[in-house]
Amino acid sequence: MSGTTKSPWLLHYDASSCNGCDIEVLACLTPLYDVERFGVINTGDPKQADLFLVTGAVNDQNKNVVRQLYEQMPEPKVVVAVGVCACSGGIFGDCYNIIGGVDKVIPVDVYVPGCAARPESIIDGVVKGLAVLEEKRKKISEAKS
Amino acid sequence: MNDILFLLAFPFVAACLMLAIRDDRIRTAVAEVSAAIVIVTSAWVAYRYLGQPESFAFHSETIDSLMAVTEFVLGLAIIYIGYKHKKYLASVLGAITLVLFLGFEVFLKEGIETDNALYIDDLSIIMVLIIGIIGSLICVYAVGYMRDFQKHHPDDKDRRPWFFFLMYTFLSAMFGIVLSNDMTWLFFFWEITMLCSFTLIGYTKTDEAIRNSFRQLIMNQTGGIAFLLAMMILADRYGFLSIDTLLMQDGEAQWIMVAVMLLAIAGIVKSAQMPFHTWLLGAMVAPTPTSALLHSSTMVKAGVFLLLKLSPLMMGNACGYMVATVGGLTFLLASMAAISQSNAKRVLAYSTIANLGLIVACAGVGTPEAVWAGIMLTIFHAITKSMMFLCVGTAEHHIGSRDIESMDGLFERMPRLAGIMILGIVGMFLAPFGMLISKWAALTSFVEDGNLVLIGCLVFGSAVTSFYWTKWLGKLVCTASREGNCEDTVHCQEWVAVGSLAVLTVAICLMYPGVSDAAVIPWLEGAFGGFSEDLVPLLESNNMWIVLIMLVVLILLPLPFFRRTSKRVVPNYMAGEGVDSMSYRGSMGGTVEVSMRNWYMSGWFDEDRLGKIGEVLTVIVMAALLAAAALGVFA
Amino acid sequence: MTTIESILMAVAFIALAPAIGCLLAGVDRKVSARMQKRRGPPILQPAYDVGKFLSKEQITPNSTQDFYVVCFLLFTIGTGAMFFAGMDLLLVIFTLTLAETFLILGAYSSGSPYSQIGAQREMYVAMAYEPVILLMAVCYYLEYGSFSVSDISSSDGMAVVPLIGVFLAFLFVLTMKLRKSPFDLSLSHHAHQDIVRGMATEFSGRTYAMLEISHWYESVMLLGMVALFFANGTVAGIVIGIIAALLAWILEIWIDNGFARMKWQTALKSGWVVTLVLGMGNVAVLLI
Repeated sequence: MSGTTKSPWLLHYDASSCNGCDIEVLACLTPLYDVERFGVINTGDPKQADLFLVTGAVNDQNKNVVRQLYEQMPEPKVVVAVGVCACSGGIFGDCYNIIGGVDKVIPVDVYVPGCAARPESIIDGVVKGLAVLEEKRKKISEAKS
Repeated sequence: MNDILFLLAFPFVAACLMLAIRDDRIRTAVAEVSAAIVIVTSAWVAYRYLGQPESFAFHSETIDSLMAVTEFVLGLAIIYIGYKHKKYLASVLGAITLVLFLGFEVFLKEGIETDNALYIDDLSIIMVLIIGIIGSLICVYAVGYMRDFQKHHPDDKDRRPWFFFLMYTFLSAMFGIVLSNDMTWLFFFWEITMLCSFTLIGYTKTDEAIRNSFRQLIMNQTGGIAFLLAMMILADRYGFLSIDTLLMQDGEAQWIMVAVMLLAIAGIVKSAQMPFHTWLLGAMVAPTPTSALLHSSTMVKAGVFLLLKLSPLMMGNACGYMVATVGGLTFLLASMAAISQSNAKRVLAYSTIANLGLIVACAGVGTPEAVWAGIMLTIFHAITKSMMFLCVGTAEHHIGSRDIESMDGLFERMPRLAGIMILGIVGMFLAPFGMLISKWAALTSFVEDGNLVLIGCLVFGSAVTSFYWTKWLGKLVCTASREGNCEDTVHCQEWVAVGSLAVLTVAICLMYPGVSDAAVIPWLEGAFGGFSEDLVPLLESNNMWIVLIMLVVLILLPLPFFRRTSKRVVPNYMAGEGVDSMSYRGSMGGTVEVSMRNWYMSGWFDEDRLGKIGEVLTVIVMAALLAAAALGVFA
Repeated sequence: MTTIESILMAVAFIALAPAIGCLLAGVDRKVSARMQKRRGPPILQPAYDVGKFLSKEQITPNSTQDFYVVCFLLFTIGTGAMFFAGMDLLLVIFTLTLAETFLILGAYSSGSPYSQIGAQREMYVAMAYEPVILLMAVCYYLEYGSFSVSDISSSDGMAVVPLIGVFLAFLFVLTMKLRKSPFDLSLSHHAHQDIVRGMATEFSGRTYAMLEISHWYESVMLLGMVALFFANGTVAGIVIGIIAALLAWILEIWIDNGFARMKWQTALKSGWVVTLVLGMGNVAVLLI
């Protein structure tokens, strides 16, 4: 048995978001959406997280932070880019300081579009991420045995 | 009896030898050999007399007069030294002591002869072993330590012969205290320990050292005067001067109670209880072996030894109440004050004062269980605390500070020493180690006795004790450190002493039921009459086994997987900005070191305020009860 | 209790407590959610969490932290087993302190600023609640003449009546012991807080799972202590005790959701005032 898909703990990082997507991420925790019913916990600690939710595009200041947070998460782990900025850089894409989407720094598994991404689509993205997570877990346990 | 005399005299002979030796190698050899002889002799004495208390008919006018003359000369010397350093209070107290002493010798002592000047019983044996084994190990440690000390203070004159003379003399005097039945002898040795300690505290001759040594002297002179007054009362009213006769008296009788109270005050001063606790804090300026020898394992134990010895006379009366209250308050307030300290030696000093407070409280309660707890605390405390002092001394010479904040990551820098220190600290306050077991027995006996003040002091005091030890432990176990290992230069004498004490700490915990059966219970049976083992609830039930199992688990558990891991090592979380486990990229671009400091809560646990509260309360308790007893209120 | 019974109780505790503790934790999350008008996670959610942590990649900040956490788990189990086996209450309390110290050392060992601050907060919260726990044992002794849990639980009359002061004080510090708001300073159940995850910041994988399992054991033992106040040697007493323990659990959840976190000064001050007034007052009454 594995609880992996039943207990996804999220690490949420705001790379350089306008805060629109961040508020929508938090909205998922409110009584209306209540993601905790899927066992989701919004943790602040990469060492206990399974899913890495990044909002906003990555810039020179925080690319190392994104990378380090990702490295400090234990395997298996899934990265969900939330909102169009995180996916591709969005309207900030051409700014002088922006590198681009999150996938310029770390491998991204699920892209959630929207500006801002709607809570429903974020939840949908997380659920898709869970499928990836389970796949990765299987791969790891196969590699072990 | 010759072995007893040898035990008394040999350390002094070694001391005189030390005074003559100038060469470090010879000194090392002599120190080690004489330490070994003292240990062997103590062990032999313990083996021979265990369970067979004996008084020795020994009386010699020559020795008596010799002691009297020595005391007279030393008294004059004190007056002179006090005058020279402009510490007139010391001179005045010295003069008072001298006058009283002369009056006592000339008018009161006439015709009183104590046939059995020396005795040995199980309590004395315990003390002999503590002094003989721990004291000798400290002397061995001191050889290596003083070599470094001299290196750190190259400008000072090499006065090591004098240092070792005092250390070994002190051992003799301590043996004298625990083996004398004649109170004039006891008083003589009592005063000698005071003078040794005075000289050792002032060893470095800095202003601070001299100030503190005089504080010790003045306070202990007060205790000495109380002792002398007690002897005068006994000689005048009852015409005896021996401990065994005193113990057969009725503790409720008016002048017996006053005499016992005065002796108890002498003991309270010696064991650094409030309001006299400041001398022990000041004594921390002395070289560390001195702190370990005088102020943790032996000299202060002379005070509690006397109190434990007198405890049958204090059971359930005003004198006992006085002693118990002073001890209980000291335990609570000194534990609280320890929180506000960051200097390791001061923390140890406060913890010593607190633990002695607990022992004193046990003696004051005076029931057999309480005294059992008190004796056990004495044993465990002597071993563990002296080990802690030695560890701090070694750490100080290698990391250059005795501040607990500087011990961050000691586990990486001096792994073996840190391991021993962790053992020492854990041994001071956690189950299943001896200190906690004894504290447990103490709590039980306080509850039996129904003393609300003591229960409160113990309950709050324990919580506070855990706090200051745990925060120190936290510093030690932390593995984040940039410094390399600096353990190679520790002298082998230091390892021998510290290592043996570490082994003893664990061994004595494993053997404590045996120690209790072999020495403590028989002594209590003799002292209290009709004491049965059932009174110590820890011994009769399964608790003992659980405690032993826990101990074994704790010792064996680290072996298989401590400091070994198959996991991926990931540096600490630093909000994604970490450089490594100890630094992060700051917002202004540079690398910032992480530095963690402990809590001292000085607003809550201010040592001066706590000290004042303790002084006022204990002075009131002591003065009121002593006055009431002298007026015959309790008779 | 006979030896056999004691051993059976200890084994039953070791085997059943994780299940009960897990359910209690699940109920906690469910009830909390309902108080916030949410559906909340399944009751077995804590078990899923632990299962996941066991199967994750194992990471650690250093090679010593795990030792302390293993000791925390072992001694917490030991404490509970001794309590339910009816052994000496003081021994139980002292072993609990030992376990607690191991957790604090585990938090200290990594050198992480977050976990170290958490450890320090845990220490002063412990300083606030420890006197009450000891006084509880003292009061039992004064009332029943024994520290043994089996003697206390089989004695006539419910202890809660003469020990009402210390019972209320115990309920007060239970919030601290369970690390619930307003006294969840060191290790909040909700991870987004001022010091990340407090003491548990550097715990992950198996280490974190062990922490959770220890919490389950700890909760059951603490509720057992609540029930002990009602035990009077009869089945009815045990039933009432269990009901009281569950009510206490609900009360704690309610307090947890109803209060914001308070400062450490408040924790220490309130803890000690409660101890002095209710705890020492109770001792004084029993002594008279």
